[in-house]
Amino acid sequence: MKKWEKVTIDPSARGLLPKAQADGVETVWDRYEAQQPQCGFGQLGLCCRNCVQGPCRINPFGEPHRGICGATADLIVARNLVRGVAGGTASHVDHAFDAVEALYQAASGKIPYEIKGEAKLAAVARKLGLQTEGKEKNQLACEVAEVAFRDFANHTRTPMRWLTATAPAERVEIWEKLGILPRNPDREIREAIHQTAMGMDADPVNLLLAAAKLGLADGYGGLHLATDIQDILFGTPMPVETEANMGVLKEDHVNIVIHGHVPLLSEKVVEWAEKLKEEARAAGAAGIQVAGICCTGNEVLMRRGVPPAGSYLSQELAIVTGAVDAMVVDVQCIMPSLANVAACYHTKIITTMPIVKIPGAEHVPFALATADKDAENIVRIALEAYHRRDPAKVAIPQVKSKMWGGFSVEAILGALRAINAEDPLKPLVDNIAIGNILGAVATVGCNNAKVVQDRAHVELVKALIKENVLVVTTGCSAHALAKAGLMTPEAANSAGPGLRAVLSAVGQAAGLGGPLPPVLHMGSCVDNSRVADLVSALAAYLKAPVKDLPVAASAPELQHEKALSIGTWAVALGIFTHLGVVPPVLGSAQVVKLLTADLEGLVGGKFYVETDPLKAAEGIIAHLRAQRRKLDL
Amino acid sequence: MQQILIDLDKCLGCRSCELSCAVAHSASRNLFDALAEAVPPRARVAVERSGETNFPIQCRHCSDPQCVKACMTGALTQDPRQGLVVQDTLKCVGCWMCVMVCPFGAIVQDNSRRVALKCDRCPNRTEPACVEACPTKAITCQEVEEYSKEKRQAFLQRFTCEEVPA
Repeated sequence: MKKWEKVTIDPSARGLLPKAQADGVETVWDRYEAQQPQCGFGQLGLCCRNCVQGPCRINPFGEPHRGICGATADLIVARNLVRGVAGGTASHVDHAFDAVEALYQAASGKIPYEIKGEAKLAAVARKLGLQTEGKEKNQLACEVAEVAFRDFANHTRTPMRWLTATAPAERVEIWEKLGILPRNPDREIREAIHQTAMGMDADPVNLLLAAAKLGLADGYGGLHLATDIQDILFGTPMPVETEANMGVLKEDHVNIVIHGHVPLLSEKVVEWAEKLKEEARAAGAAGIQVAGICCTGNEVLMRRGVPPAGSYLSQELAIVTGAVDAMVVDVQCIMPSLANVAACYHTKIITTMPIVKIPGAEHVPFALATADKDAENIVRIALEAYHRRDPAKVAIPQVKSKMWGGFSVEAILGALRAINAEDPLKPLVDNIAIGNILGAVATVGCNNAKVVQDRAHVELVKALIKENVLVVTTGCSAHALAKAGLMTPEAANSAGPGLRAVLSAVGQAAGLGGPLPPVLHMGSCVDNSRVADLVSALAAYLKAPVKDLPVAASAPELQHEKALSIGTWAVALGIFTHLGVVPPVLGSAQVVKLLTADLEGLVGGKFYVETDPLKAAEGIIAHLRAQRRKLDL
Repeated sequence: MQQILIDLDKCLGCRSCELSCAVAHSASRNLFDALAEAVPPRARVAVERSGETNFPIQCRHCSDPQCVKACMTGALTQDPRQGLVVQDTLKCVGCWMCVMVCPFGAIVQDNSRRVALKCDRCPNRTEPACVEACPTKAITCQEVEEYSKEKRQAFLQRFTCEEVPA
């Protein structure tokens, strides 16, 4: 087996890795190898750096049992986990806040953004209890943004409005009893950092409840808020056909890769790439191809059909094609190595955000007020770089898969309405009840250099759909599954007979010209809120709590702190949540037991860690069957 | 004579031994000051990993050292008193014969000069730096007989626990 076959199943990555080596480019996998062996204390979560007496490490085989302050292994592991979850929560909450700010300014006419999602605006406003009658859209948008601003300014003990307006009432009651209802996303993050500082909370159970509270702050002050506001600004996604993988880059085009997470910039880049295509032709190119990496890619995929070039681990390889003229990045999951890789080619790395600067990259400050000028500038930098492209260095793997994206909850309900206009959830619930659909699983999250790229995502999902499990997906998991061809009508053939029949019936009724894909792309990682909305809608329809539904979540190749906070939220929602990479908690038997067993008694959900994707599929299916039995299905 | 002996089950691969060895052989012998030295200090121990096993490898100070035989300048010699393989780096010409014959790959190159470096068992310290730094005590410096006795005891404990049901 060639060494690149051991690190990825993606044929385009396998094709580009030898080129990277020949071009003298160091990739994430080279650095992973150079990092071996990794620190065992870190892997076990047993290293504490929270004060300057440390770092302290607990020896899992003997002395020392305590850190200098007296912290035990259980405490250190729990504190580290809470800080990780706080990091993830902060990432999503900061993202969401940017979106709220944009909505408010757009509604006030101060920035060149137009509110495109009027139906969503009205729906969100109604959920928030706002009076919508007779209000002009900008006024209503201002009011919606002000509700969000009030959550961020909440100095009282009342829970976040965005949570109480969008979470199932049954859940809110449970969270209230546990004392984990977040009041203000910023305050919860602040409190968690305080709670985990030297000389603070020493109770691992209390700390895990703090993690759960952070998970909720992320779920409603991060994910849900971001999705809602972005849909209001840019429109709610509807099914869209496109292609995935490196083959979407075009040798005769100016290629711009947008990478990061927040669509405020990428939407404008897509717009300006279209506006300046004549200039690209004048420059000798056939046009401008925009392609996505990571979730800013997913955002414009969902709403504009912009094709994804790859997922997190492929970001360097996109540059190795030699055909990317500019890679524009906003926030999150952006490898600092990009500037080094780009230095071997003509590619311009353009950073845009005040909190993401990379030495060696070109920084074009992006501001909402000057969004058009900034995006135009960025596209022009790409046009300029195109002239410097070295044809001898260009090799785009001719690998791409057709795919469908754009399955927002609204889009899924729209498709189901074609079968039952009055009661769209009925066909879905009926098919779950009679067993055509065993249950539903959301696969989410990242790539991780510790495991073979995409293998766990794809093997797990193939095993699930074969057993009639409907799969919805977001983030880098969605990229993996799209590249594997699982988001096409034809992929319904690899689903079990029950699921296949349902997909065909829905696809035909909805006029998709074939079955619905067995794997539905629901968006970026903040769009996990869409998954929760779908699950909440099912629970409401069945009048059963979320924790009793035949559903599960899985992060097969998690990497980022954001995956920890999303996972914590899912568990707090009552969802059985699989992790395919062992998080750094094994140093504490108590924390492991709380996460994988005791939490179930409190919130109904728990973590399930299994690194073998086929065994994980078995474990998830066993869970779905047990859940069906609970509901007498 | 004490030897550096490794407990394979205990090495977590934290590389604390490498860091500490480098600092012990730096000009300042201090972590923070060593970071600022013009030539970064070189560790003479390296943690290698195969499968699930981590192993810190340094000179085994063998009794029939191939490196001493291969050394043409006499930089490497065996100390007749303690049996340690010692090195006079001033005599080393960087021919790398010792590197080629050492079966453990225990000989490394100095970061600035073209000379070989190896474990000197920390002659100026009471305990070798790697032993002191190892947080799990996977690296020990003890008499072979003592180590073997512990191993026999551990074996026996497992043996009796498995044989006699509780």
